[in-house]
Amino acid sequence: MNSDDTISILLTDEPLQVDPAIRSVQAEGAGAIDVFIGTVRNNTQRRTVTRLDFEAYDPMAVKEMKKLAVRACEQWPVEKIAIHHRKGTLYVGDIAVVIAVSTPHRQAAFEACKFTIDTLKQTVPIWKKEIFDDGEVWVSAHP
Amino acid sequence: MELNILLFGITKDIIGQQKLRYKMPAGATVPDLVEQLKKSYPELHDLDSVLVAVNNEYGQKQQELRESDEIALIPPVSGG
Repeated sequence: MNSDDTISILLTDEPLQVDPAIRSVQAEGAGAIDVFIGTVRNNTQRRTVTRLDFEAYDPMAVKEMKKLAVRACEQWPVEKIAIHHRKGTLYVGDIAVVIAVSTPHRQAAFEACKFTIDTLKQTVPIWKKEIFDDGEVWVSAHP
Repeated sequence: MELNILLFGITKDIIGQQKLRYKMPAGATVPDLVEQLKKSYPELHDLDSVLVAVNNEYGQKQQELRESDEIALIPPVSGG
């Protein structure tokens, strides 16, 4: 597997677009492309969310995203994979993360995409703070 | 030795700065650092977890720290 061409990693302050992620995983051997888009929800446990602030430990976050992509490629017959994550201030409806995976057949694309977003949430050093009308909280910090 | 520790998310709020210079005895390990920091900043006890990254990798259990390492505290991550 050639990691330069098959893995697309992006961590950016700029608004994320879905199309570039999809384009980056198109491959002649792919019969399926699965895409996950994480967006900013307007509430958490009935509290109104006004915005999210994402902070990243940039060099390590990029490194961990690459490792994650490599792990997905080792476990499924991935043609190409894209992991694009936003940082900075996001508002309701904004895209926080886009993951796209292409594989020969759909089952592997679904599974690899789910693995990637689930594991990203556990290993990649990115943090989000939810800002409500009446306060703010770092997500998942406390038990 | 004096370590340079990068702080993110809630650990930045608890310690009150983005970078911390912190004295530890030579030969101190990852768990030594976490234990000492929790004594200095008791609010760290309240977190679900506090991990340490050494040179952009998650630190190993008994890994020894060096003054030249880039060290970061990693509170529970919440990307995505």
